[in-house]
Amino acid sequence: MESYNPHAHPADAHLGIPRNARAAAPTIVLVGHGMVGQRFLEALAERKVTETARVVVFCEEPRPAYDRVQLTSYFSGRSPDGLSLVEEGFMARHGIELRLGDPARAIDRGARTVTSRSGLTVGYDTLVLATGSYPFVPPVPGRDSDGCFVYRTIDDLLAIEAYAKDRGSGTVVGGGLLGLEAAGALKGLGLTTHIVEFNPRLMALQVDEGGGAALRRTVEGMGLIVHTGVAGKEITADGDGAVTAMALSDGSSIDTDLVVFSAGVRPRDQLARDCGLDVGERGGIAVDEACRTSDPAVYAIGECALAADGRVYGLVAPGYEMAEVAAREIADTQVGEGSSPPGSSGAGFKGADTSTKLKLLGVDVASFGDAHGTTDGCLDVVYSDSRTGVYKKLVVGADGALLGGVLVGDAEAYGTLRPLTGAVPPISPEQLVLPAGPGAPAALGPSSLPDEAVVCNCHNVTKGAIRSAVTDHHRTTVPEVKKCTGAGTGCGSCVKALTSLVNDELEAGGISVDKGLCGCFAYTRAELYEIVRTLRITTYARLLDGHGRAEAREGDGCEVCKPAVASILASLAPTLGASGYVLDGEQAALQDTNDHFLANLQRNGSYSIVPRIPGGEITPEKLIVIGEVARDFGLYTKITGGQRIDLFGARVDQLPQIWTRLVDAGFESGHAYGKALRTVKSCVGQTWCRYGVQDSVRMAIDLELRYRGLRAPHKLKSAVSGCARECAEARGKDFGVIATSNGWNLYVGGNGGADPRHADPLAQDLDDERLIRLIDRFLMFYIRTADRLERTSAWLERIEGGLDHVREVVVEDSLGLCAELEAMMADHVAGYRDEWAETLGDPERLRRFVSFVNAPGAPDPTVRFVPERDQVKPDLTVLAGPALPVRTLEGTASR
Amino acid sequence: MTTAPGTPPERTAVRVELLIDQRWFTVCGLTDLTPGRGVAALLPDGAQVAVFLDRAGRTYAIANRDPFTGAYVLSRGLLGSAGGRPFVASPLLKQRFDLVTGRCLDDEGVAVQAYATRTRAVPDEVTARVA
Repeated sequence: MESYNPHAHPADAHLGIPRNARAAAPTIVLVGHGMVGQRFLEALAERKVTETARVVVFCEEPRPAYDRVQLTSYFSGRSPDGLSLVEEGFMARHGIELRLGDPARAIDRGARTVTSRSGLTVGYDTLVLATGSYPFVPPVPGRDSDGCFVYRTIDDLLAIEAYAKDRGSGTVVGGGLLGLEAAGALKGLGLTTHIVEFNPRLMALQVDEGGGAALRRTVEGMGLIVHTGVAGKEITADGDGAVTAMALSDGSSIDTDLVVFSAGVRPRDQLARDCGLDVGERGGIAVDEACRTSDPAVYAIGECALAADGRVYGLVAPGYEMAEVAAREIADTQVGEGSSPPGSSGAGFKGADTSTKLKLLGVDVASFGDAHGTTDGCLDVVYSDSRTGVYKKLVVGADGALLGGVLVGDAEAYGTLRPLTGAVPPISPEQLVLPAGPGAPAALGPSSLPDEAVVCNCHNVTKGAIRSAVTDHHRTTVPEVKKCTGAGTGCGSCVKALTSLVNDELEAGGISVDKGLCGCFAYTRAELYEIVRTLRITTYARLLDGHGRAEAREGDGCEVCKPAVASILASLAPTLGASGYVLDGEQAALQDTNDHFLANLQRNGSYSIVPRIPGGEITPEKLIVIGEVARDFGLYTKITGGQRIDLFGARVDQLPQIWTRLVDAGFESGHAYGKALRTVKSCVGQTWCRYGVQDSVRMAIDLELRYRGLRAPHKLKSAVSGCARECAEARGKDFGVIATSNGWNLYVGGNGGADPRHADPLAQDLDDERLIRLIDRFLMFYIRTADRLERTSAWLERIEGGLDHVREVVVEDSLGLCAELEAMMADHVAGYRDEWAETLGDPERLRRFVSFVNAPGAPDPTVRFVPERDQVKPDLTVLAGPALPVRTLEGTASR
Repeated sequence: MTTAPGTPPERTAVRVELLIDQRWFTVCGLTDLTPGRGVAALLPDGAQVAVFLDRAGRTYAIANRDPFTGAYVLSRGLLGSAGGRPFVASPLLKQRFDLVTGRCLDDEGVAVQAYATRTRAVPDEVTARVA
């Protein structure tokens, strides 16, 4: 047996020698690497404990901590890796030894050692148990049949996914929070899904009868089958032992191919029991407010712990709080004399707010405070609309104080109401629950919250801290405040309130943020778009002279606003009935050089050429043409990341000759030079791939041909994957499409680059027509409201209400804009013409393609090439910026 | 192509000329220029200049070589004005150069040569093109 006991003499452990008298590096052992375990490690690192202590982590699962709360999102296309909570390099940076797939088996408190399944024994000075919980499986006969699962880990999900592949129906036992999550997952797999709940309503712990009824209606409206007030009695299996049906306590029976038990969790306290630590009567490792167990060298945090208030918390926020408390205790004990009494160093864990806001099966559900109205003398204020599935109840005390509430179907007000709990709201309770709309009373904004109100529950950030980030730390944008305070980086439910607070604070502080596009315009790009659209302005000069800053009117504009306005004019041209051709008239002077020459300027003044290859599909004949053109003009060729071929090294005067050959062969502009749709990448899909479930290539081609030439605030990239394996990397695109057996899932707001972001799901299981309609609306809404050079990812992060708002606008048509957005896209599609074919057909337009105005036939002698790996590269000394001397031939400058 | 402001009466053409070694050198006709953009021209010694026309009809010329990258591309930058002074932004790394003085507005120590320019109407039969 290996032994890693750090003590110079093992007997030390038995002598109870004070920690600070021992060898310099104490050892902290963490058992369990789930969400709470990871948060504990981060808290240790923040307090620099990892710099002096050895930290060893035993983890049962084969992968590091991941976001269990988002498990279901795995089925909407997120990969297991995408759920990881561990920043790359975190363990190495802090010297933490993480042992994956090697759970702790035994604790010897006398020797202060932990022994793992692999047989490793590690000595500890401090032991932290974060073993979490296990799913409770009710003792239903037949529960060991094939096709019975629990819903707790990524491996559980993978097993369910594999088993469900060729099956039609599934049953979830348990209609609580996790049960509904599991049901959402089964539905996502295309199964006919039943929910069996013993209580008379869904989510009985969180919502009351009225809320449960609203929730049930909505859930049933999605095609799920709900059975309440019944229990599973027996599971029947076929001859091979595979589940076929489930008998219920009311005598009925459900035909089902698989059963998922999601009927609650129990603390995993077996290790603690085995080594004699105190545990609660109904389970859970007993801890005090400092999260110490009955052995002061051992802590327990998260779902395995029975907190000092006698409760076991199954939510992540209280677990995070315990992780912080334990880390603080350990840090203080190490720095101090090792003699400070437990809980002396700061607030301990005395219990937590179990308020929650969730999106289950697409339905907002929130519950906070005394949701069930158990306080003496309390009264209810209820708003219920069965048509829309909205149910809101506030519990109000005799003195008018808000005590708690339940929100189903519309939990918008949660961010304001929860922090107000315990106080008398400044407006009457009925105004708080009435829906917004014409004649509705002014909603109560986050500005009315007191400073101590917690706005971000996940990270325990108060309104005061958010205000301070703006006023004291000079953060002027929501992303900056998020980074500074951590607010809004957990579940995200507070981002809207956060945005409003940041803006209020900026305004109140007189911090005027000039949102103007540049020195010429005091308007944002989105505002200019609206001006151009509503006033039907078709020239830059008219816009500048009529709507520019006073000092910029009648001037020449600048390099920032000219291309931005050119893009707006081009986007709106089809709708305004103007020419969309980017080289016409005044437009010619607004475009960056790339748009001006319909090619991409390279470092030596030459250009590169990217013909469109829709969906990445190309015939051998066309491939040969590209090869011949490249060979004949001496161009360097490289395959792009977007499944196209880039031809480098063309002089400006060669562009028309090259494109004449390409257009003759059936190619058209790939718009690699424009802030426009670039490419729609695809995998081969169902046509060839044995895993494919849809024809991804055809869809990619359709999309690329539909949106080609569409000018946008920034470049647009897309991809279509033929199955959930996602070979086309659609989640890394501005709009990505992933095939399901029922149609297509649409994702938006992804990108690679310096700040990569996975796209978020916008809608699921769409047919072709609905998919295209949603993309039409999404793109047009983005073009309308984004800032200059703002990719869809940054736009989604910035726009008020974020993804939810965009979904409301483009899926639910909350602004009544969709018909207009669709019409604009139809105009674009109808008005599309290939820019290169048009250019070649017009001698006037061709005149610009010369190296020298006074020597039209002469090539530019400064554009030279030298050989490199059987091709060419620019013959240009690499200048490292302004530090290099400038040739005196050019005149005055040199340094 | 947009007609430049101040288009002269018919039967005359307007030449754009540069002062080089105390002599005026014709680089192109005014109609070869687009307001807000530039063109490149070759000088007799093989040097390259970037020639621009602004919205008000004024012409400018500076050396075509971008001192930050060494590429001959300034003629392909976008023209703008700041505080009433015209500039061109390099199409490569976007540094701006004052069109009158050639000074880089984003890096004090850098400048390119600037040339005096004028426009001159001549009878139409005299071609504006040299080469």
